[in-house]
Amino acid sequence: MAQLTYRASVSLAIAQSMRKDQKVFFIGEDVGAAGGVFKATVGLLEEFGKERVMDAPISEQAILGAAMGAAMTGLRPIAEIMFSDFLAVCWDIVANQIAKTRYMSDGQINIPLVIRTANGGGSKFGAQHSQSLENWSMMIPGLKVVAPSCPSDVLGLMDSAVKDPDPVIFYEHKSLYAFKEEIEQTDISIPIGEANMLHEGKDITIIGLALMAQRAKEAALILKDKHDINAKVIDLRSLVPLDLQTIKKSVIETGHVLTVEENPRLCGWGAEISSLISEHCFKNLKGPVTRVTTPHVPLPSADILEDNTIPSVELIVNEVIKKLKGE
Amino acid sequence: MVDKLNDDIGEEKRLRLWEMMLKLRLVEKKAYDLFLQNLIKGTSHLALGQEAIAGAFGVALKQGDYTFCTYRGHAHTLARGSSIEGVLGELMGRQCGLMKGKGGSMHLTDVDKGVMGSYAIIGAHLTIANGTALASKYNKTNEVSVCFFGDGTTNIGAFHEALNMAKIWNLPIVFVCENNLYMEYTPIHEVTAVEHPAADRAGAYDLDKIIVDGNDADEMLRTAEKVISKAREGKGPSLIEAKTYRHSGHSRADPGKYRPDEEVKDWMENKDPIKNYRAKLLDFNINEKIISEIEEKIKDQVEKATEISMASPIPEIKEIYTDVWANGGSEWHN
Repeated sequence: MAQLTYRASVSLAIAQSMRKDQKVFFIGEDVGAAGGVFKATVGLLEEFGKERVMDAPISEQAILGAAMGAAMTGLRPIAEIMFSDFLAVCWDIVANQIAKTRYMSDGQINIPLVIRTANGGGSKFGAQHSQSLENWSMMIPGLKVVAPSCPSDVLGLMDSAVKDPDPVIFYEHKSLYAFKEEIEQTDISIPIGEANMLHEGKDITIIGLALMAQRAKEAALILKDKHDINAKVIDLRSLVPLDLQTIKKSVIETGHVLTVEENPRLCGWGAEISSLISEHCFKNLKGPVTRVTTPHVPLPSADILEDNTIPSVELIVNEVIKKLKGE
Repeated sequence: MVDKLNDDIGEEKRLRLWEMMLKLRLVEKKAYDLFLQNLIKGTSHLALGQEAIAGAFGVALKQGDYTFCTYRGHAHTLARGSSIEGVLGELMGRQCGLMKGKGGSMHLTDVDKGVMGSYAIIGAHLTIANGTALASKYNKTNEVSVCFFGDGTTNIGAFHEALNMAKIWNLPIVFVCENNLYMEYTPIHEVTAVEHPAADRAGAYDLDKIIVDGNDADEMLRTAEKVISKAREGKGPSLIEAKTYRHSGHSRADPGKYRPDEEVKDWMENKDPIKNYRAKLLDFNINEKIISEIEEKIKDQVEKATEISMASPIPEIKEIYTDVWANGGSEWHN
C-alpha cells in the first residue's frame, strides 16, 4: 500500500504503458528534461530516453499532427497539450483531422492516440489557462473524452486510453494534481465508459466529473452528517462513451438529479445529461433536473472572483437543500 | 535537341511516366465530363495541367512510402496506383469508391497504396505527414513520406510548424509545393512577402532552396528521385517548389476569369506538360506507335472504369452510422 498523488500517478501511468508496449511514445512541450510544467512527467526521459520521450517546440499543431500521423501507422502516441486552453490553437488537428479521418476513410485508418491535457480552474491563472473544455471535445463525433477524478482512475483509465484503438482526450484536472490516495495496486485497468459511484444514497443523484465529482462527494458527506440527506454521487469518468445506464438506474431510484460541472453554462455537458434524463427517465423525475455550473463568463483571476465562479462544495450543498427542502 | 547518348532516364521509365501523366490527365477530364452530366455532386478541384508533379513522384516512390495530398488530390491518388474506378466511384458516391462514398472528392484515401489521405483544411497534412515520417524513424524502417500542397499553404502557420519540426528531428520527408501562381482566386505574389512562396522560406529552416519547372516531367522526376533518396538515406527533409499552372479554375464553381487570357493561353499552348512530353518522347526516337498504343490503352481503361463506377450501387443508408469508432459503429452511450 502506497500513497500516490494524482500528479505522480500520471507519470506512473505513462511509464507503465510505455514499459508494456514499445509502440507507445510520449511527445509534448517541456515534458522530458523539465518533467512537465506540472511535474506530472518526471522521470520518463530518464527511463525511456529521447527516442520515446520527445521534447517538442511550442507548435501544438505540429505536435498533434505528428502524433496523428504516427498513430495512423499503428504506433500509440501520447501527446501532451500543456494547458487545455491551448487546444484552441490546434483544434483543426483535433476536430477536423483526428476525429474524422477514420470515418472519412471508411475505416481504413485507425488513430489510436491519447491527448493528455491539464484542464480546469482553481489555480488563479485567469481566463486562458483555467478553462474546462471537456464539452468542446464531447460535441465532436469521433473523440473519446475521459476526465479522471483520482489517482487510481488516472492509472486505470490511462491504461485503457493507451490501448484504445480510437483517439482519447484525457483531461487531467490541475486542482487535483496534489490529490492523494492510498493505492494497493498500480498496474490496473478501468474500462472507458463505466461511471463510478463515489457515494451511496437514496434521496438525490449528484452527477459530476473530475474535480466536480470530488466536490460532489464532499458535499454528500456534509449533506449526510448535517442535513440528513443521502445523496448518490456519480463520477462519470468519461463523457464519451457515456455510462447512461448507471445514470438511468440511479435516477429511477432517487427521482432527483443535480449535475455539477465546471463548464460555462451554455452547452455545458450537464445540458446533454439533463436532456438524456428527460428523454429516458421523465416519469421517474420528481422535479426538474438542476444544473450547477460555472456562470457564462470567462474565468476571472483574483481569489475571491475565481472561487465564486467555479461551483464550490458549499454551493452544491445549498443547491441540494434548496431543491429537496425548498429552502 | 536532346542528348540521346547521355539519357539518364531511359525509354522504359519515360514511357512509365508518360503513361502515368496521361492517366492523370484523362481521368481528370472524365471527372469534369461527369460533373457536367451531374453524375458527380459536390465540388471538385482538378489538377489538369499539373500532372508532371504527381506523375514524377508516382514513378519515383516505392511501395510502402507514404503520400499526403490536398483536396486537389485525384491525380496524386492515382499516381500511387489506386484504381480509376476507386477514384471516379468515390467522386460519384458509389460503393466501388475508395471510401464507399464516406469521404468524397476532397478526402481520397487508399492506405494499401500508401495514400494516407487527401486533406481539405490548408496546412494540416504537413504536420500529419511528419508523423508517418516520425514513425519510419522510430521503427528504423526506410519509408519516405511525401506531402503535396499548394502555394497558398505557405502562408499558414502549420506550414512553418511542420518544416521546423521536420528539420529538428531530421525526418525522412519531402514537402512539395505546387506553385500554380494562384491562391484560389488571388495571385500568390499579391499576398506573399517573398517572390518564391515556399523556396524563399526554406532558408529559415536550414533547408536548401529548390525551385523546379513543375511542368517539365523529366526535371520533376530527377528532382523527385534526388530528394527521395536523400530522405531514404536518413539525410533529412527537403522542401521543393514546383512551378506549374492549373488549366481550369480553383474548383468546380470557378471559371478562373481572374487570370489574363494571354497567360492562360501561354501555359496551355506552350507549357502543357503532357503535350510537351509527347514531343520529347518523339525527340528521343521513341516509336510513335508505342506512344499511341499507350494513349489508346489509357482511354480504354478510363472508359471501362467509368462504366464500372456508373454500374456500382449507391451506398446503403445504414452506412451513415458505421466506422466512427474502431468497433465499426457510432454509439456514444450504453
